[in-house]
Amino acid sequence: MSEQLLAPLTALGNDTPVVVTIGGITICENPDLTIASLAARKDRGAELHSKLQADTKVQLPDPGKMMFAEDVAAIWTGVEQWLLLAPISSHPDYAAEVKTVVADSASVTEQTDGWVVFDIAGNNLIPMLERLCNLNSKALSSGEATRCLIEHLGCLIICRESGREFTILGPRSSAASLHHSLVTAAKSIA
Amino acid sequence: MIINHPLLGPRDSQEFVYLGDASLIDRPNAMAETALDDFHDYLYLRDNPAGSHKELWFHEQGDRSWLVVTRDVTTHEITDVELASDYAKRRGRDR
Amino acid sequence: MSQKNRLVGGQIDRSRPLSFAFDGKNYEGYAGDTLASALLANDVRLMGRSFKYHRPRGVFSAGSEEPNALVELRSGARQEPNTRATMTELYDGLTAMSQNRFPSLRFDMLAFNDALSSFLSAGFYYKTFMWPPAFWEKLYEPAIRRAAGLGRLSGKEDPDSYDKGFLHCDLLIIGSGPSGLAAALTAGRAGAEVILAEEDVVFGGRLLAEQNLLTEQCGNEWVSDVIGELSSLPNVRLMTRTTIFGQYDHGIFGAVERVSDHLPEPPADKPRQILWRIYAKRALLAAGATERPITFENNDRPGVMLAGAMRAYANRWAVTASTDIAIFTNNDDGHRTAWDLDAKGVNIAAVIDSRMDTPSSTEFEVLSGAQILDSHGRLGLRSVKVRLKDGSTREISCGALGLSGGWNPNVHLACHKRGRPVWNETISTFVPASSGDHLLRIAGAAAGIFSTHGALHSGAEEAVKALNDLDVSAHVPELPEAEDAPVKITPFWYVKSGKGRAWLDLQNDVTVKDVQLAHQEGFRSVEHMKRYTTLGMATDQGKTANVGALALLAELEGKTITEIGTTIFRPPYTPVSMGTFAGRSRGKDFRPYRLTPSHKWAAEQGAVFVEAGNWLRAQWFPTQGETHWRQSVDREVLAVRKSVGACDVTTLGKIDVQGADAAEFLNHIYCNGFAKLPVGKVRYGLMLREDGLAMDDGTAARLAEDHFVVTTTTANAVPVFRHMEFYRQCLWPGLDVQLISTTEAWAQFAVAGPNARKLLQKVIDPAYDISNEAFPYMACGEITVCGDLRARLFRISFSGELAYEIAVPTRYGDALIRRLMEAGKEFDITPYGTEALGVLRIEKGHAAGNELNGQSTAAMLGMGRMVSQKKDSIGRVLAGRPYLQREDDYRLVGLKPVNSKETILAGAHLMTAGDTVNAANDQGWVTSAAYSPHVGSSIALAFLKNGEARHGGMIRIVSPLDNLDIEGEVTSPHFIDPEGDRLRV
Repeated sequence: MSEQLLAPLTALGNDTPVVVTIGGITICENPDLTIASLAARKDRGAELHSKLQADTKVQLPDPGKMMFAEDVAAIWTGVEQWLLLAPISSHPDYAAEVKTVVADSASVTEQTDGWVVFDIAGNNLIPMLERLCNLNSKALSSGEATRCLIEHLGCLIICRESGREFTILGPRSSAASLHHSLVTAAKSIA
Repeated sequence: MIINHPLLGPRDSQEFVYLGDASLIDRPNAMAETALDDFHDYLYLRDNPAGSHKELWFHEQGDRSWLVVTRDVTTHEITDVELASDYAKRRGRDR
Repeated sequence: MSQKNRLVGGQIDRSRPLSFAFDGKNYEGYAGDTLASALLANDVRLMGRSFKYHRPRGVFSAGSEEPNALVELRSGARQEPNTRATMTELYDGLTAMSQNRFPSLRFDMLAFNDALSSFLSAGFYYKTFMWPPAFWEKLYEPAIRRAAGLGRLSGKEDPDSYDKGFLHCDLLIIGSGPSGLAAALTAGRAGAEVILAEEDVVFGGRLLAEQNLLTEQCGNEWVSDVIGELSSLPNVRLMTRTTIFGQYDHGIFGAVERVSDHLPEPPADKPRQILWRIYAKRALLAAGATERPITFENNDRPGVMLAGAMRAYANRWAVTASTDIAIFTNNDDGHRTAWDLDAKGVNIAAVIDSRMDTPSSTEFEVLSGAQILDSHGRLGLRSVKVRLKDGSTREISCGALGLSGGWNPNVHLACHKRGRPVWNETISTFVPASSGDHLLRIAGAAAGIFSTHGALHSGAEEAVKALNDLDVSAHVPELPEAEDAPVKITPFWYVKSGKGRAWLDLQNDVTVKDVQLAHQEGFRSVEHMKRYTTLGMATDQGKTANVGALALLAELEGKTITEIGTTIFRPPYTPVSMGTFAGRSRGKDFRPYRLTPSHKWAAEQGAVFVEAGNWLRAQWFPTQGETHWRQSVDREVLAVRKSVGACDVTTLGKIDVQGADAAEFLNHIYCNGFAKLPVGKVRYGLMLREDGLAMDDGTAARLAEDHFVVTTTTANAVPVFRHMEFYRQCLWPGLDVQLISTTEAWAQFAVAGPNARKLLQKVIDPAYDISNEAFPYMACGEITVCGDLRARLFRISFSGELAYEIAVPTRYGDALIRRLMEAGKEFDITPYGTEALGVLRIEKGHAAGNELNGQSTAAMLGMGRMVSQKKDSIGRVLAGRPYLQREDDYRLVGLKPVNSKETILAGAHLMTAGDTVNAANDQGWVTSAAYSPHVGSSIALAFLKNGEARHGGMIRIVSPLDNLDIEGEVTSPHFIDPEGDRLRV
């Protein structure tokens, strides 16, 4: 029996991701990212930076920012803490992979399934974001990432292209509620 | 209110959870002879100034850092914000 | 005759006639009209009945300060009471009803209140209905509420939706009259992020309502030029129908944008209104001013209105309330109304000016040094009685009367942070205090600068200063030539004459006499006067009433108005619907919900769900033939005890604790020891608060020397994380420890029952030995399941049976529960919900939220010896307080009814047999109760004084609220397997 592999579900509870288009806005569930959290051990930040840089080319960003290296993105989430995002296809056991690189210079925690990821695209997403969170979304430029509150949910918002492409990470168990909020806001301004 | 987070800049106080007087950082020595009295005073006796007050706020919907915010409780004017870990280290806290 | 009172000109669109109905009668108006202007055009002056006396009332103003013309707008579920006709844009098919009248507006049976007025004076309710107290709720209040009041709610659910949103700007400009527009032009050209907010439908403020404010250009032409330029600037956001209703700390403003109120109903999926939270680095209050009336006897008849409003109706909407009007003024501005209406062909019966030195006119009669003593006309003004300079009286016929007692700057927003305005003797009005904070500047009439020239220039100059603060360079633009007349006013508040009533506050029916009475009875502070008379309350907040009342109070007290001061200004500036504050958080969208990984599967099984915090958890799983929840729960419990059951326990908080000092950190956080916990083992941990009382419990599993996974109760996941971060950052910043929540990342299932191991062996990859020897009670480890899927296994038990918790990445949770059910068929595996979980833990005597309620000590929970005295942990010192250590304190015990047919209820209290049932004799209370299919009766956990010594004794279980009074036996809290043998097989 155990040889039969288990089949995963997306955060919205389906076999395939949900894609919704409202007006010119597309909201797309993205199940293809793997996520690991990284926290520098006490006074080992410099060592962590150099290990990651040497082995993966990843530079760890400053507060409110993100950095890219090849297929990996690093986002600042707290003092000496980051999230690393990568495609699940090329990094099937990402947390373990990162841990091998950083060894005991950092604590690594598997977080892939802690989040639901929605990619949002449209010609002008600012009016939609204005209805969702208190960030000055107009001023967000590509490569900025920060935590914010969306309809009571603690989320992480990533600006991929100013005004036009954003990624929102939210708590996975509330994926349906978050999706509902995004769709409602898109309909409101469409 | 707006709290000027030392790392993230101005943030709405709605993102924070309030705890109270920053004197909670000055936890007494639990192994001292006088520990029982010291802890009683630490936990139950607080100043309640009508003016500038150092207080603890947690950026729950942000970077999860504890901050020490110096705020005039009569005007809500905030004159200083710093990471509580920095403040604590200055007060001699370590491990 | 249709639109009998329509004049020439105006800014209405005559090519777009609109039909509407008021009190069931059909009328016609034009696009650009408000309900008030359209009614006036149709010669309808009577629009409502007053709050207390049911006096006939008409429209008094042309803006948001309106006290009288409140209507029930729309019908059915969208019916909205207390809607100001002056703020209601006309649309085709609009329906409105007058309110607070029965059976009709013209014939109101409750108008007898007016005849009883001498009994209905200030404080009347307090004095008359004092006794007997029980009558208040049952008799007086309902009767009064029916007789005195405003509009009615529909009683139906609001079908519309409301949005919330957030905006950021460098400069928020509040109001778009001459000062606001000049400021917007200045800041817009400087490249600053600007929001220009206007409560009206169109920009322009008084520029739309007046003639000849600009000397070389028509006011509304300049407005459209400026708006044209501003709308081409990407850095300027223009918002009409948007009221800034509150100023909060540090540049946060509340605004409501009425996006769909001018439509019969909002388009599908679109909100009716939006509540904006605006973060402004700087703001400019350019909210203009509100005119105040002059008070005299019977000054409340339909047709009596503010002179400036009369002018606005004529100039902007091409409407007059009557073809014959009079003006009563104490300042030059009142004369403008006469000039403007005269120019439009309206007959000016007279301008009555209380001053001796007045402007003169060749077009109409000006009576200087005159006062109005009284007015006549039952349902609308017919004439006024004037006392002339020489003391003689004269009756002057008129259908409308314009009042001008001067203008009050709209200082409200400048005072929301407890600021108080100051009295300016020169212009006889309150102006904002100059020591306002730097975040909000004030310009134009709001600052007491009443000339158009002054408003334009102050708007531009204040904008320059605000932007300079932000290091943005800005310059005063070229501004149009404008009138620059000085304010000429001689304060005159009310006419002292006869015995009749003279209204100060039209909305609350407060008269001069009421204020005199309040003062006479000792309500001398302005705040007391307000509360005793209700002056300045309700929807208009006394915008046209307050200053007149303050002047009267000052006179009564023999003080200056400055000494009397104002009441405190609080948001909102004008009424905001409750729905707007609720936003989308209504009904099932009240808050987000959280779904467990097995939710989809559980729903397919027909599970009944319960809300646990934001989580939806399966409460029980009914099977065919089960009609009562107890049948399902009993079956689930017995199945776990007999064979095996599975339950989704993902909701428990999970915190990843890593770092070289992780064990030392947990040693501080938990009252019991963790330093020596071996890798591959789990330990129960009890967390105390610093005051020594229990905060939360859970387990900590040591996955590596420097890696633990801590669990918390479902309810405390967030507070415990915050608590741990506090100690990590604030008390021991030198420890090498890192925390992160992983609650969401793992789907975790409890697999419990004698066959739990056999079942798991079918799912866990064969490389992992989970025999009792290899994986004993309280073991934990990282494993793989179903062919190399990484997983975690914990041998822990909440039920008291051989049990495990197995965790896989969340996305595989659905597949795993299905696999467990499939593999468990041979063991009759039974899914169980939170009810069975609760019964199992009560049978085992495990504490949960009911026992860990913030008032229990470790000793009460039977864990007193767990509190290690060898180390410093949170709460250890104060847990040692003698009172918390007393021997006869409460202890957790079990209870069984002596008669097994009886049911123990949680919340019941414990009494010694023979004692009187009262608080003094209280021995403890029942914390958790359930029917135990294992015991075969009701069982309970309870805190009982000196409970440990009372096992085997009898106790009375009483709940007077539930008529419960039964005898019970005190037992150990462990109803099953007290030795723990079943856990270890």
